[in-house]
Amino acid sequence: MMKIKKFVTLFGFLFAAALFSNSVFASEAKLNQDPEIKERFKHLASELRCLKCQNQTIWGSKAGLADDLKKQIRTQIYAGKSDEEIVEYMVDRYGDFIRFKPAVDSKNIFLWLGPFVFLIVGGLLLVRYVRVRRKQTDEDNDSISDKDRLRAQEILKKGGDN
Amino acid sequence: MSRRILPFAVILLVVIVLGFFYKGLQLDPKLLPSALLDKPAPAFTLPDLHDSSQSFSSESMKGKVWLLNVWASWCAACRSEHPLFMQLARKGDFPLYGLNYKDKVFDGQQWLRELGNPYKVSISDLTGDVGIDFGVYGVPETFLIDKDGIIRYKHVGPVSRKDWREIIQPKMKSLEG
Repeated sequence: MMKIKKFVTLFGFLFAAALFSNSVFASEAKLNQDPEIKERFKHLASELRCLKCQNQTIWGSKAGLADDLKKQIRTQIYAGKSDEEIVEYMVDRYGDFIRFKPAVDSKNIFLWLGPFVFLIVGGLLLVRYVRVRRKQTDEDNDSISDKDRLRAQEILKKGGDN
Repeated sequence: MSRRILPFAVILLVVIVLGFFYKGLQLDPKLLPSALLDKPAPAFTLPDLHDSSQSFSSESMKGKVWLLNVWASWCAACRSEHPLFMQLARKGDFPLYGLNYKDKVFDGQQWLRELGNPYKVSISDLTGDVGIDFGVYGVPETFLIDKDGIIRYKHVGPVSRKDWREIIQPKMKSLEG
């Protein structure tokens, strides 16, 4: 009799444990399969730099630190943090360098606009240079004397001899 | 007009570019500025490496200038700074606290038994969460924390005798003064 009772208790306990673990796994699995969360995780991990292997993103790296930070991103997504909050969390700890794509702010504005400034300045200089050259060649053309022009025409007519 | 300016502009440009090279090529890309410099050190409470029933809280260090050295038994570079720490600890009052980072308790203890223990207290960060709070990206790292709990200096990589003599020691002295 005692044996049966023990058995039932044990069975009940195992059953409850199985149910519990099942539900835990189920919620975890649901989160893992949720395409939106997956997408967010991938997006965030590809925007952050792995500081140990500097030209890789956290997404692309297998370094220990990258794994820890991936875990951190996942935990925070599950905790309901927004993307901005998660990136801010990382920047607070590791500095701006952790952003693979630098933020557009007053410190980095030259980084973002610099190439366009160079392009515009270079373009303007080029236009000016071409204009000046064109004017010069026009002047040079005008300065040719009538005698030279006649000679040139004669040469052109005779042309093809050699 | 522009003809006369052009050579100067070119020379100026070359000088600027050389200036950038001179400065930029001497920087070590592995050394990153700490985001936490001149900011309060993250508060933490962690178990003691030698006795996990004891815990160590960063709060208890208020009013002291101290060094937090992040190390691990799997970290090869940690071995190269260790003799210096041992020597400083033997010489006298050296406020060095060790954060055993992402290590196994036994391995950490074994390492200290083998090489000597220069730390006033060794703290155990098994998960590396406190390491993340401190922005640790490569062990060893050493943080200099002042009386108000503000991080005043961060050293990445092993501390050499020169680093100690020329940077850390003077900074500590001025913070204590």
